[in-house]
Amino acid sequence: MIILGIDSSSLVASVAIVADDQLIAEYTVNYKKTHSQTLLPMFDQVARMVELDLHTIDGIAVAGGPGSFTGLRIGTATAKGLGLALEKPLIHVPTLDALAYTMWGSNMLLCPMMDARRNQVYTGLYHCHSGLEVVKPQWAGDVEELVEELNEMGRQVLFLGDGVPVYRQQLMNGLKVPYEFAPAHRNRQSAAAVAALGGEYFKQGKWVSASGFQPDYLRKSQAEREREERQQEHE
Amino acid sequence: MAQNGEEYVMKKRRVEEDIYILAIESSCDETAAAVVKNGRQVLSNVISSQIALHTIYGGVVPEIASRKHIEKINQVIEAALEEASLKLEDMDAVAVTYGPGLVGALLVGVAEAKAIAYGAGKPLVGVNHIEGHVSANFIEHPDLEPPFICLIVSGGHTHLVVVKDYGEYEVLGRTRDDAAGEAFDKVARAIGLGYPGGPKVDKAAKEGNPYAISFPRAKVEGAPYDFSFSGLKSAVLNHINHARMMGETIQVPDLAASFQRAVVDVLVSHAVDAAKELGFDKVAIAGGVASNSALRAGMKENCEKAGIAFYYPSPIYCTDNGAMIGVAGYYAYINGVRSGWDLNAVPNLKLV
Repeated sequence: MIILGIDSSSLVASVAIVADDQLIAEYTVNYKKTHSQTLLPMFDQVARMVELDLHTIDGIAVAGGPGSFTGLRIGTATAKGLGLALEKPLIHVPTLDALAYTMWGSNMLLCPMMDARRNQVYTGLYHCHSGLEVVKPQWAGDVEELVEELNEMGRQVLFLGDGVPVYRQQLMNGLKVPYEFAPAHRNRQSAAAVAALGGEYFKQGKWVSASGFQPDYLRKSQAEREREERQQEHE
Repeated sequence: MAQNGEEYVMKKRRVEEDIYILAIESSCDETAAAVVKNGRQVLSNVISSQIALHTIYGGVVPEIASRKHIEKINQVIEAALEEASLKLEDMDAVAVTYGPGLVGALLVGVAEAKAIAYGAGKPLVGVNHIEGHVSANFIEHPDLEPPFICLIVSGGHTHLVVVKDYGEYEVLGRTRDDAAGEAFDKVARAIGLGYPGGPKVDKAAKEGNPYAISFPRAKVEGAPYDFSFSGLKSAVLNHINHARMMGETIQVPDLAASFQRAVVDVLVSHAVDAAKELGFDKVAIAGGVASNSALRAGMKENCEKAGIAFYYPSPIYCTDNGAMIGVAGYYAYINGVRSGWDLNAVPNLKLV
């Protein structure tokens, strides 16, 4: 079983090829270059390097959100285009689930977080001692509320993701439980994790057609939010 | 040498084989795809319009447009192939609009087209959206060949160009401020006609007197072929405010007709004057505003008077569509244009 993984939900652009229980190739770049320019050339490069016959791919796993709206769409459109051309199914992997999955084997409560601006994070709570267990599914919320929730749970927490450098001080000030921050080689999105977790979903039959796949933004567009607020004020 | 060999193969194929282009367009609020044969024959032209979604916001909301594109794009492309009764493997190349337009919207089509071309092992051809509009004229006019003058008028663009050859343009004039279609939208909003403004003003104007109100015809000093519509828009708004202050009711049909005449007069005179002065015997119009009935009538009348052949696309090819991108993509393809897997969206892409 060959699963292609794609994650362009944040500043990180990452592609990976996972065959059964092995990572064959991964190319991850965390640099301020647009995903539109990097993602497909990166995949082309690794595919050539490992002499991948595109038709042998069984499924394409995508970090389906949350994340940068545009970033999610570049990854999604790339996966949908490949799926259409190769007639392969797509696998929707929640971005934060895949981030947590990079910490397989940890005994700590996992708290991946992405900066969602306006003092908010996209986050979720997980155990991944053996296999991924979703303690609280991903959501968009205030950092303060997250800190409160973690204090109430009273467990040692491991933080990772691009929300950490943004809110590190707030976390350190507010937390009353022991905590750790993941190191450089494990604290950002990885398409290998997307592909590995995607492979598990694929085996469970959790895949969709390329045409039916859609990102899960976790947030409405600003225009929709403002319109709803105006309507609520009227009521 | 490799280049020559490739050119030779291409020329040989051009004579012997049909060329099919799969074209994708997502620069604004239409998700569109088409299959075009030999640059002139449209085998399918599928458009998924979002107008209804944006109407409640009074205009296109970029984020909503982008979300809708990603939701619909595969279905639209699959429908285009199906209607053409062809498979992706039958295509010679994939063409895609990469600018100008809304960056988030463009990126969906660009990323999708790149992945399709890559996955199917087909060449990728990036197409300029404005060039697509110009090329829409080739679909229904088999006799039309460059050189000719083309007036491109839409919600985002107002250009007067010389089409010197396929893919080769000289810009004679452009708008200094609002695009013609933008002026239609703003005036429509001000007189309560709503979005999209172009068709609504056109319809209202049919009931009105185009000579009822005298609005200014803007000229740009030192640039005879440039346009300016912000002064006209202000004049219309002033007229409305003045009428309101005086407690007069605004005659919407008269105002629409008079405003439309002011826009059309300038567009027609610029295009026809350019043809006459530069010695062209063919003039074409393109873009969403090219559907405007007064513009079509005005162009037709004035071109006939001047002995100039006038070309215009059917409304379905004036609106944003994939077929026009397929036509422009075909000529780019046979001219050897190829885009890389790093093709990016260019929101302010220029024609020249």
